[in-house]
Amino acid sequence: MWEYTDKVREHFLNPRNSGEVDNANAIGEVGSMACGDALKLTLKIDNNGIIEDAKFQTFGCASAIASASALTEMLKGRSINEAEKITNQDIADSLGGLPKEKMHCSVLGRQALEKALAHYRGEPQKEQEGEIICECFGVTDLEIERAIRENHLTTVEEITNYTKAGGGCEKCHDRIREIIAKIKEVERPVVRPKLTNIEKIRKIEETLEREIRPSLQNDGGDIALIDVIGNRVLVATRGTCAVCKASQQTLKNFVEWKLRELVWPELVVEEVIE
Amino acid sequence: MKTIYLDNNATTQVAPEVLEAMMPYYCDLYGNPSSAHKFGGQVAGRIQAARQSVASLLGAMPEEIIFTSCGSESDNTAILSALNTERGKGHIVTSRVEHPAIRSLCNHLTRKGVRITEIQVDREGNLDMDQYKESLTSDTAIVSFMWANNETGVIFPIEEAAAMAKEKGILFHTDAVQAVGKIPINLKAQQIDMLSLSGHKLHAPKGVGVLYVKKGTKFSPFLIGGHQENGRRGGTENTASIVGLGKAAELAARHMDEENSRVKGLRDKLEKEIIKVIPNSRVNGNPVKRLPNTTNISFEFVEGEAILLMMDEFGICASSGSACTSGSLQPSHVLRAMGVPFTMSHGSIRFSLSIYNNEEEIDFVIEKVPSIIEKLRAISPFWKPAAQSCQ
Repeated sequence: MWEYTDKVREHFLNPRNSGEVDNANAIGEVGSMACGDALKLTLKIDNNGIIEDAKFQTFGCASAIASASALTEMLKGRSINEAEKITNQDIADSLGGLPKEKMHCSVLGRQALEKALAHYRGEPQKEQEGEIICECFGVTDLEIERAIRENHLTTVEEITNYTKAGGGCEKCHDRIREIIAKIKEVERPVVRPKLTNIEKIRKIEETLEREIRPSLQNDGGDIALIDVIGNRVLVATRGTCAVCKASQQTLKNFVEWKLRELVWPELVVEEVIE
Repeated sequence: MKTIYLDNNATTQVAPEVLEAMMPYYCDLYGNPSSAHKFGGQVAGRIQAARQSVASLLGAMPEEIIFTSCGSESDNTAILSALNTERGKGHIVTSRVEHPAIRSLCNHLTRKGVRITEIQVDREGNLDMDQYKESLTSDTAIVSFMWANNETGVIFPIEEAAAMAKEKGILFHTDAVQAVGKIPINLKAQQIDMLSLSGHKLHAPKGVGVLYVKKGTKFSPFLIGGHQENGRRGGTENTASIVGLGKAAELAARHMDEENSRVKGLRDKLEKEIIKVIPNSRVNGNPVKRLPNTTNISFEFVEGEAILLMMDEFGICASSGSACTSGSLQPSHVLRAMGVPFTMSHGSIRFSLSIYNNEEEIDFVIEKVPSIIEKLRAISPFWKPAAQSCQ
């Protein structure tokens, strides 16, 4: 049993504005019977760009019907500029929220609205843009990307809840994960880290030179910095250190300890075999 | 508002007689049947009596009955036991329309290297016996078919299927959770090695089930523990529920004729009237080889969850094979396996009756359902009444 809000139930049992607007000049149709939900939105927009009338027809579950009903209420009397700004989250919010598995019902409303406005502007019916990722529900990469951006989605499950993509045979899950990773990469904030990699390497070199080498060299040994990968400091031992049985102890208890104290507290020293 | 409960394949009400039989085991008779003292020991005798009642309902012997916690435990025990006792064999034959208790287990086992063959069904939900015959190999550890389908009520030819497995020396299990108590079963004359049943589908409480294991069948326990159930299922007995299941088995035997006459009559009336009044509706599944209490009806151009919620407003309880109801995005795997088009399965409703339903209730449903479908069709973009009537 779904946990619907009273508002969803109320709109479902008493849908507002069901049917078709006579002489509609903006029509948007999305979904199909095979997919399990479909919405036809018809609008009458006056010469000043104000939505005079809005009606819907829905094939779908209670939340699909309620979402469409709520959308028509939001649209009436609004200008098309205002209508363009309505997001799927606005539709869900107007119903006091939707169960997360049902968010795609609100997305359906937003999609139908966009199509209706495009129809009103006389834009040609666009071919589906992008590449189909989910064959079962015919969802493209562009639709998935948009849902991720607008709703801050991070998992395949969330994307299925919002777009249905990945809800059938599940073969596209890897592709969806790639899209999530791609967007995460692009949107990652570029903030200057406290310690850049270049600074880190320079400071490690300095510390080795000033604090570590002199005492190793006293015992006839030495150490060379090979590479720094993240917090892993790769070193090679030289001279007596290379054959000393206690060199592991020296690396951990002396070298690593010093580097952590003077450079960065999370550094880990690893010996590479040359 | 009165509740009209037509969802008896999901669960059933506990029969008043069953509850009455159980109560002492929550109060005065709380002893452990394994105890040495008479206080506990007397309970062991009542469990034996319940075992006898269940055995009688199935035409089995009491020592062939193992009490478990549910149908799923019984199913898991049967399959895993076969993989243990049939060493070296790594193949299971089952069907595409099984309950998740079997399907998910088999799916899980494929990841461990077990091969699964799922036998297909035809448009009426009948098992493909030719494919079944060809699927049996020397590597097959066990065959598991449900006796009757939970969604459509379609009955599989279990006796014949079991005999075919026996001919090749292959173990045969049936998930009879929906069949027991609704259709007569006599295991004495059968080649069935194991059978699962669940208490709460036949007016006993939830949390008790049975695995029947034919005498002489090799068996490996699932729950390992004490010596209960003759060492075949560890764990202190759920005494009250077992006694309740014994009582429910007695009642089921007594009500078998009523189930197959009066209840069947109500089901037939409900189905016939709805199909007659509502255009573009149809029954899913074999119309004859079917449980007497179940009907699965598809209404084109509307969606199942919406129908359920509107019926709920009138107190009518049923279930649906639509995607939205299940929480997944695909409609029922049973209807898909039968090749029911998505446009029909999204609008499918299952009504399942019991002996506690009466004609007045059925008449109420017959009165309400057409207006619900009409209301939903009126707001559906696919419903064009004028065009439909021209067809």
